Amino acid sequence: MDITIKADKFNLFYGDFQALKGITMDIYARTVTAFIGPSGCGKSTFLRSLNRMNDLIDGVKLEGCITLDGVDIYEPKTDVVALRKRVGMVFQKPNPFPMSIYDNIAYGPRIHGLKDKSKLNEVVEKSLVGAALWNEVKDRLNSPALRLSGGQQQRLCIARLLAVEPEVLLMDEPASALDPISTGKIEDLIAELKKDYTIIIVTHNMQQAARISDSLGFFLLGRLVEYGATESVMTNPRQKETEDYLTGRFG
Amino acid sequence: MRVWPKMTERLAFILLWSTALITIGCLILIVFYILREGLPSINWEFLTAYPESMGREGGIFPTIIGSLYLTFVSIAIAAPIGVGAAIYLTEYTREGWIVRIIRFGTETLAGVPSIIFGLFGFAFLVTFLHFGFSILSGSITLSLMSLPTIIRTSEEAIKTVPDSYREGSFALGATKWTTIKKVVIPAALPGIVTGLVLGMGRAIGETAAVWLTVGGALQLPVSIMDSARPMTLHLYTLAAEGISLPRAFATASVLIIMIWIINTIAGFLMSRFSLRLRA
Amino acid sequence: MKRNFEVHGKERLIAGLLLITACIAVAGVLLIVLFVFREGWPVLMKYGPLSLASGKEWQPTSHEYGLLPLIVGSFYVTLTALILGVPLGIGCAVFMAEIAPNWVNKVIRPAINLLAGIPSVVYGFFGLVILVPVLREIIGGIGFSLFAGGVILAVMILPTIISISEDSLQAVPNDYKEASLALGATHWQTIYKVLVPAAKSGITAATILGMGRAFGETMAVIMITGNTPLVPHSMFDPGPTLTGTIGQEWAYASGEHAQALFAVGIFLFVFIIIINSLALLFSQKRVTS
Repeated sequence: MDITIKADKFNLFYGDFQALKGITMDIYARTVTAFIGPSGCGKSTFLRSLNRMNDLIDGVKLEGCITLDGVDIYEPKTDVVALRKRVGMVFQKPNPFPMSIYDNIAYGPRIHGLKDKSKLNEVVEKSLVGAALWNEVKDRLNSPALRLSGGQQQRLCIARLLAVEPEVLLMDEPASALDPISTGKIEDLIAELKKDYTIIIVTHNMQQAARISDSLGFFLLGRLVEYGATESVMTNPRQKETEDYLTGRFG
Repeated sequence: MRVWPKMTERLAFILLWSTALITIGCLILIVFYILREGLPSINWEFLTAYPESMGREGGIFPTIIGSLYLTFVSIAIAAPIGVGAAIYLTEYTREGWIVRIIRFGTETLAGVPSIIFGLFGFAFLVTFLHFGFSILSGSITLSLMSLPTIIRTSEEAIKTVPDSYREGSFALGATKWTTIKKVVIPAALPGIVTGLVLGMGRAIGETAAVWLTVGGALQLPVSIMDSARPMTLHLYTLAAEGISLPRAFATASVLIIMIWIINTIAGFLMSRFSLRLRA
Repeated sequence: MKRNFEVHGKERLIAGLLLITACIAVAGVLLIVLFVFREGWPVLMKYGPLSLASGKEWQPTSHEYGLLPLIVGSFYVTLTALILGVPLGIGCAVFMAEIAPNWVNKVIRPAINLLAGIPSVVYGFFGLVILVPVLREIIGGIGFSLFAGGVILAVMILPTIISISEDSLQAVPNDYKEASLALGATHWQTIYKVLVPAAKSGITAATILGMGRAFGETMAVIMITGNTPLVPHSMFDPGPTLTGTIGQEWAYASGEHAQALFAVGIFLFVFIIIINSLALLFSQKRVTS
């Protein structure tokens, strides 16, 4: 399998606090990789390092490197904007813009220079179909996105992301704010999307990780304690901490 | 393909930087020009002597006293009213029609131009109530003007007091008023005082409203029924009637320095306040 | 039992007193309306509001009270102030909320507070000694003009526009910004396509409040617009304003002339109420959305 993202001894500090300690891992193309671990273990921080969203926080220092298709994303001459276009992100809380459904989806293509109306319509439809939302909203594309239900909003955010044609989708607990039915829809969607995209998902929910992921990484106190194929990590963890976490002894 | 957005961004950011620079530039231009022309004429005598020949000679002592007199009396009137109103709005009532009317009143008052306050003070206080051109008329007018600022800042300060403080006090059997007096107000005090200080700044800088209510007699006000000429009005008279530009510059400089001191005190109080709440 | 009743009675007394203090602001507004209208009413009724508003001659000595020159003048200075002050103020607010390094904001914020605190008469004085002579050099004429008044007002309304716009930009949820950046938008695209539209109603309210401030300002305007009571043909002519006319003439006006000045006050008051209600409308929209 192709390796898309490679982290090598990656350290991250918030001021004096070291939030990530020597993360080394390979992430494979067109698979779902899940990160699990107790709150504050660094899984979300690491996820946000992959498209440099941590740049927005003051006082962050980094060491080591992360490469995307062999190119270091933290090189000084990296185009962060282009990077984020390739590595998109879905957030914990659905965050549609206060615009219409259509304008939300068209936002990305428009800022990347697409003006043609019919092409835009095409992209909007394709993205909504891709995010399994088209049938629910096709009759009200001009109504405000904020009027959708939480689950629909999250799928809208995924559709919005698909519209800029990224290669990697980062998902930061995308279903944690949703009801079980919406969660199921998101999970089905992820299974569908991995045919075309590399997906990395942070989750609190071990069953969810087991259901949807191919590889599983367990984070604890800023370290990547264990990483491997989901099934083998789940059924036969090599580290004691992983086993303790999976059997619910802490976390 | 990515060159164009990048260029636009750079251009836009240059423009944004320059708006900030222009804003600061305006301030520096005004302040430095006035201080450069005015500071050399400021000395002990200028601050403590009486003016002679309409202000062409001598000092501005009575106008400083006039400004301070007006400011302190107006704050003495406005502080209890404004803080009381803020306590009522935050502690005693939920959003309802009374609150909506009061808020509408405060917002309206905040937007009324100072010359209208002046007309009102002139018609109601000076003429109707026979207070005449006096510190009293001016102070009442000014206190009404500074009410919205005082109410708003006090309300914000009271709202930042955590509910756990109130619950702690209630749990000890304290009444509502005791809780407010002993717990809420002390905790909100620096914020309230900041509001009062800002209100003082507004009172010192006000011209039109005091002009129509205090008159403009160039004398040392002693009684509260005396007319006076505050610094702002003196500056206007010196400049508009062409009496003395150097004296006008000096008076303007004193005003700017006073406002700067008041702002610094308010800023200091504010930062202390937020620090304490965080701790 | 008796003690308990006393405590209760005292509490109710205090609540009543506090309610009274809270009503004083409302009472103040009512008194202002009452007394300004009471004094201005006779002239307003005698000549009729419409013919006052459309009258081209302001000649108090011959009992002509046409307010058109004053209204046009007030609108000219306000318009100039908005044209210059709004882009500058919004730009500065965006700068402070989004791109200024922390230390820069630490310098700008007190500077803007000082700008807000400088007395209007000092602004007027500065306009009189600097701006008027400079304009006389550049455009000719006497330098005193509605344009000069508008320029000074533009600086005076900057703090209002900046602080309210900045607040509403800061209030935009960070989620929007992250979402936009995660789609590969540049920071600037995020600002003008997401953040500014999301803060739109707050920025509009800021602009309208700035407009109210400019329209109602007296001292700065009185010192630099020239106050000639003729209908101004252009911004670069000297001209009167509603506020400036009251300020100039109240001290020597008597009888009907004094009442006419109160009628000017009524017009001013009505305009301001309209402007401020608009601002209130927009800022409430911000709260509910």
